Amino acid sequence: MYNEKVLKHFSNPSNQGEIKNADGVGLVGNPTCGDMMRIFISVSKNKKGEEIIKDIKFQTLGCGAAIATSSMLTEMAKGKTIAEAEKIGKLQIAEELGGLPAVKMHCSVLAHEGLGEAIKDYRSKNKKLKK
Amino acid sequence: MIYLDNAATTKIDPKVKKTMEPYFFEFFGNASSLHFGGLKARQAVDEAQAKIADFLRCQAKEVYFTSGATESDNWAILGLTRAFKRQKNDFKPHIIISQIEHDAILAPAKELQREGVEVTFLAVDKNGLVDVKKVSQAIKSNTILVSIMYANNEIGTVQPIKEIGKIIKEENKKRKNKIYFHTDATQAVACLDCNVEKLGVDLLSLSAHKIYGPKGVGILYIKNGTPIEPIMLGGGQQNNKRSGTYNVAGIVGLGRAVELLLNKKVINLEVKKIKQLRDYLVKEIKNKIPRTIVTGDIKNRLPGNASFIFAGAEGESILLMLSNTGIAVSTGSACSSGSLAPSHVLVAMGVKPELAHGSIRVSIGRFNTKKDIDIIIKKLPPIIERLRKMSPLQ
Repeated sequence: MYNEKVLKHFSNPSNQGEIKNADGVGLVGNPTCGDMMRIFISVSKNKKGEEIIKDIKFQTLGCGAAIATSSMLTEMAKGKTIAEAEKIGKLQIAEELGGLPAVKMHCSVLAHEGLGEAIKDYRSKNKKLKK
Repeated sequence: MIYLDNAATTKIDPKVKKTMEPYFFEFFGNASSLHFGGLKARQAVDEAQAKIADFLRCQAKEVYFTSGATESDNWAILGLTRAFKRQKNDFKPHIIISQIEHDAILAPAKELQREGVEVTFLAVDKNGLVDVKKVSQAIKSNTILVSIMYANNEIGTVQPIKEIGKIIKEENKKRKNKIYFHTDATQAVACLDCNVEKLGVDLLSLSAHKIYGPKGVGILYIKNGTPIEPIMLGGGQQNNKRSGTYNVAGIVGLGRAVELLLNKKVINLEVKKIKQLRDYLVKEIKNKIPRTIVTGDIKNRLPGNASFIFAGAEGESILLMLSNTGIAVSTGSACSSGSLAPSHVLVAMGVKPELAHGSIRVSIGRFNTKKDIDIIIKKLPPIIERLRKMSPLQ
């Protein structure tokens, strides 16, 4: 059902855990539907003064695909500018994993949403700081 | 490899395999052919049929070979109902099944519902047991069929088939239109009494690959005089009731697998051993893993079934991590089913969805040893701990 890359990310996920004092946190999904993800990001500026995702970590309760997409997402987003990270498409995570079974595509969407929420959280916190 | 998914399928018993072997090369004839090749195959089919009849305590001609329990279940539900519909055009038949039946019963019942048949889906209690009284209450003047599984595949709960058989018999004394009783015995055959007379059933489904026989072969027991239409149409084999070339090697394998079950002394010991292993597993897992729930009825239960819920961990992830360590089990979580809803069995029992997602079924069989159980007892706790730590819900 799952390809080797998905199983690899599931068995040895990258960036699993939490970031204490993260700059942005996004929590998506709910336990009733079976999948829940929390994405942590810490943001800093590069030489050009652009905001980059310096570190990203995830916590996930869910199936093999949920864990694998969480791991894949963090690899894809890490080191990218926020503008670049926002361009990651909702099904692009599944594509990067070499595909997911049709019933599991929502996991890719969920991971995408998780990152979106974390960035939104970062922006709202940042706004408050600037004020 | 440690195989603890015997409710999904079993390894073929070496004795069964050996009995089947000559029917691939030496005696490969079509059992319907008139020449010597056909004769040999026919004899083998007849012998298997006789053994199965011996096991079920019925007549050989009441045993019909199918491609497995899914076909048998479909045939029982669709075939019987269609026979009634054909008899009387304006008649709206009513059938009763439980909410925790296998999909091979649920799907044809829902199909009939779309065709205008009335279907009652009986609720079960929190342990997955069907209440005999509720069966009685559900019976109507247009009821033609009750179908309740002998034992549930997910939680191992054994249903009171004999009691249900009795109340249907009583009911039938009072009415003109007989109610027929079917049971899907697929999970029960390896360890429970399948005497159709004692059970009081008119139809019974079973499959070879759950009893250490080959995949792709099973039977439907049809009591003499039961009105049933064929669902497989063609060459008219099996008294015109089930067309299709006899799966001779498969049938021989099924016959041998059933013959092994006829050795009561050996089977009683086997069942005792399996139950001991299961009780040991359940005790140890409950001790070692906090927030473990055992699902299903503790007393009325298949000896080899241990089904758990581990709150805060998801079933498919548990299954995959166990698989990484070389242990095969099963889950009722949404993920493995192809749909996004968790197990209909657990939901019918009133288990909350967030818990149902964390279900794991361990099913112990003939070839398991204490060493297998010791290994899963060692490997499972750190997996649950790891997944719980990974979760955003702490």
